[in-house]
Amino acid sequence: MSADAPVRHRTDAANPEWERLNARLILVHASLLAAPLASWAATLVATGGKVNLQALITLGSLLITFLVVTSIGMMRYLTTRYRITEDRVELRSGLLFRSHRAIRLDRIRSVDLTANPVHRVFGLTSLRIGTGEQTHSAGRKLTLDGVSKAQAAELRQRLLSRRDALGAAAVEDDGLIADMDWSWIRYAPLTIWGVGGVLAAVGTAYRTLHEMKVDPLQLGFVKDIEAHYGSVPLWFGILITLLIIVVLGAIFSTATFTEGWYGYRLEREDGGTFRVLRGLLVTRSVTIEERRLRGVELGETMFLRWAGGARLNAVASGLGDRDENRKRRMLTPPVPRAEALRVAADVLSEAESPTSLTDLRPHPRIALRRRVNRALTVTALIVIPLAALGLWLSTALLYAAVAAAVVLLPVTLALAYDAYRTLGHGMRGRYLVTRSGTFAHRTVALQREGIIGWNISSSFFQRRSGLLTLGATTSAGEHCYKVRDVTVSEGLSFAEEAVPHLLTPFLERVPTHRRDRRRR
Amino acid sequence: MDDVRLRPPRNRVERRAVAWWTTQSSIFALPLPIVFAVLYLFIPPARTWFGWCLAITLVPGLAYMLVMPAWRYRVHRWETTNEAVYASSGWLWQRWRVVPLSRVQTVDTLRGPLQQMFRLSGITVTTASASGAVKIKGLDHRVAADVVEHLTKYTQATPGDAA
Repeated sequence: MSADAPVRHRTDAANPEWERLNARLILVHASLLAAPLASWAATLVATGGKVNLQALITLGSLLITFLVVTSIGMMRYLTTRYRITEDRVELRSGLLFRSHRAIRLDRIRSVDLTANPVHRVFGLTSLRIGTGEQTHSAGRKLTLDGVSKAQAAELRQRLLSRRDALGAAAVEDDGLIADMDWSWIRYAPLTIWGVGGVLAAVGTAYRTLHEMKVDPLQLGFVKDIEAHYGSVPLWFGILITLLIIVVLGAIFSTATFTEGWYGYRLEREDGGTFRVLRGLLVTRSVTIEERRLRGVELGETMFLRWAGGARLNAVASGLGDRDENRKRRMLTPPVPRAEALRVAADVLSEAESPTSLTDLRPHPRIALRRRVNRALTVTALIVIPLAALGLWLSTALLYAAVAAAVVLLPVTLALAYDAYRTLGHGMRGRYLVTRSGTFAHRTVALQREGIIGWNISSSFFQRRSGLLTLGATTSAGEHCYKVRDVTVSEGLSFAEEAVPHLLTPFLERVPTHRRDRRRR
Repeated sequence: MDDVRLRPPRNRVERRAVAWWTTQSSIFALPLPIVFAVLYLFIPPARTWFGWCLAITLVPGLAYMLVMPAWRYRVHRWETTNEAVYASSGWLWQRWRVVPLSRVQTVDTLRGPLQQMFRLSGITVTTASASGAVKIKGLDHRVAADVVEHLTKYTQATPGDAA
C-alpha cells in the first residue's frame, strides 16, 4: 500500500478493505526525538561541555520519555486500520489492548481537520469524527491521526456526503459568509490574553533555564537591566516595565491572532453545515451542523468593546465537552460589531441578528444595589486590611490604603453601574435573548425550542430582594444560559412566555399588594 | 394585576432525611472539634488555647448541624406530573428545577452507604444538558422505585427527541 494511495472502494462498499494511516507518520514520530537531542546539544553549548549530574538525569529522563512516546506512536501507526463501509466508519487499533470502534455514518455530527506544524511539514493532517453525544464514553469520537491532506479532504467529503445521502439532505445555496479582512488585526492587541501570555512565557523561560542550572538573574544582560533599574526613580522604572509588558503583550496577541485566524473563511456548505477554516501554523477546519445550531453568542471584552469590536460564537450542540466547545465554537475573530451582527444574522438565516436587540428589558433597580454592594465589598476587602496593617505597622501603608480607596472606589462603582446597565433580557421571534457581564459583556440568543428545562435559583440575599436567576438549560453550548437578577414575577412570566406550558402548572398567581409594582 | 410565584412542589421528602443530613454534616463539622477536645484533655498547659480553638470550631459546626437539616427539610420538595418533573432543593441558596418528560434521557437511582443506613434513595433525572439534571434526594426506597417507574413509563409515552 503506497503512502498516497487514494481511498477508492466506492463500488464494493459493502465490505471494503482496511486501510492504514499514512506511512509518513513514522517520520513524524521519529522527528519527536529531535526535541531531547536538541536540548542535549543546547545544554552542551550552554555549559561548555561540563554537564553535571542533575542536568544529566533531567536530560536522560527526557530522552527516555520521548523514546517511550515515539514507540507508542509507532506502535499505534503499525496497529491502526480504518475503513468506511456502507453505513459506518470503523477503526481498529492497539496491540495489547485491542480496540474496535465504529460510528454510524448518520450519527456523525462533525468532521474536523487539524494539522499541527510537525504534521504540516510532512503534509499530514488529522481527521476527527464527532458524534456530539454528551456521554463520556468511547465510541462517540474517532480520530484518524495522520492521513495525507488530499486524503483527508476526500474522506471528509465522503463522510459528510454519505451521511447526507443516508439522512435527509437540506439543499442550501453554498457560499461564503465571511472571510479574512486584515484591517481586523487592529482588534488583535485589545484581547487581554497577550499580557498573560508574556508573563507565562517569561515564567517558562525562567524555569527552563533554572532546570538547566543557568541562573537567569546572573546573565549579563539581566544584570545590565538591573543596574539601569537602580539608577532611575522607582515610579519611572515601574512605568517603563508596565509599558514593556503591554507592548510585548500586544505583539503576542497580534501574533496569536495571526496564527489563529490566517486564511479565515466561514462558509455554508451543501447538506446544511457551516465550515470554519483558519490557522497559519496549525490549520483548523471545524464543521457545525446547521440543525445543531441553537443560537449565537456575541462576546465583547472590555477593550474590544471600547474599540467597537465584538466576536461571534456559535451556540451549538455536538461540539464536544466544555474545553472543546470553547475552542470550536468560534465563528469569527474579533471584528467590528456590525460585521459580527451581519454574520450572526446570516448564520441564523434571519433578517437581523437577534443579538442586536436594542430594547432589551432592563432589570430592576435593586439589581444595581446588589452590584454596588459587591463593588463596596471588594474595595473594603482590599482597603480595610491595608489600613489595619498601616495603623499597626507604619503610616506608609495607611497612605497606600487611602490611595487604594481613592482609585478603587470609583473604578469598582463604575464597573458595577456598567454591569447593571448591561443586564437585559427579551424575546425576539424564535429566540430568547439575555445579556450580562462585568468585564466581558455577553449577549446570547438562544432558540426557544432548544430550551429543555429551567434551573431557577435564588440566594439568601436575592430572596430578600425578591429576585431570582433564571437558567435556561439546553444541550448546546454551555448547557445553561442565565437571566440574572430579575424580579420573581417578571422572571417567571418571561420563562412562561419563552416556553409556553412548561412552567404553567407550577405557578400560582397572587394579587399584587407589595410596593414594588412591576413594569410589563 | 397579579404577581406570579412558583408554588412549592407537592411532596415533601422523607422525615428521616433530616437525620441523614445531620449525620452527613457531622462528618464535616465534628472531626476538628474532637481533635481539639482531645488535645484540651491531654495537654493541660495549653488548655486556654485549645479551649478557645474548641469553642471556635464547635459552635459554628453545631449551628450548621442544627440549622441546615431542618432548613433543607422545609425547602426540599418534589413533584412529578404526566408532563414534567419539578423539584426544589437547597437551603441558603435555593434551586427550583423543571424538566419536561419529553426531554428526559435517563432516570437513575442512587443510594450512598449513609442513605442506605436511613433506608433512603436519591433519583437523578438527566437531560441532554449537562446542567439540566434534576436530583431528588431523601426519598423512601419504595417511593423512589414508584417514581422511577412512573417517569420511565411517561418518558416513553411522551413524544420528543430528548435533544
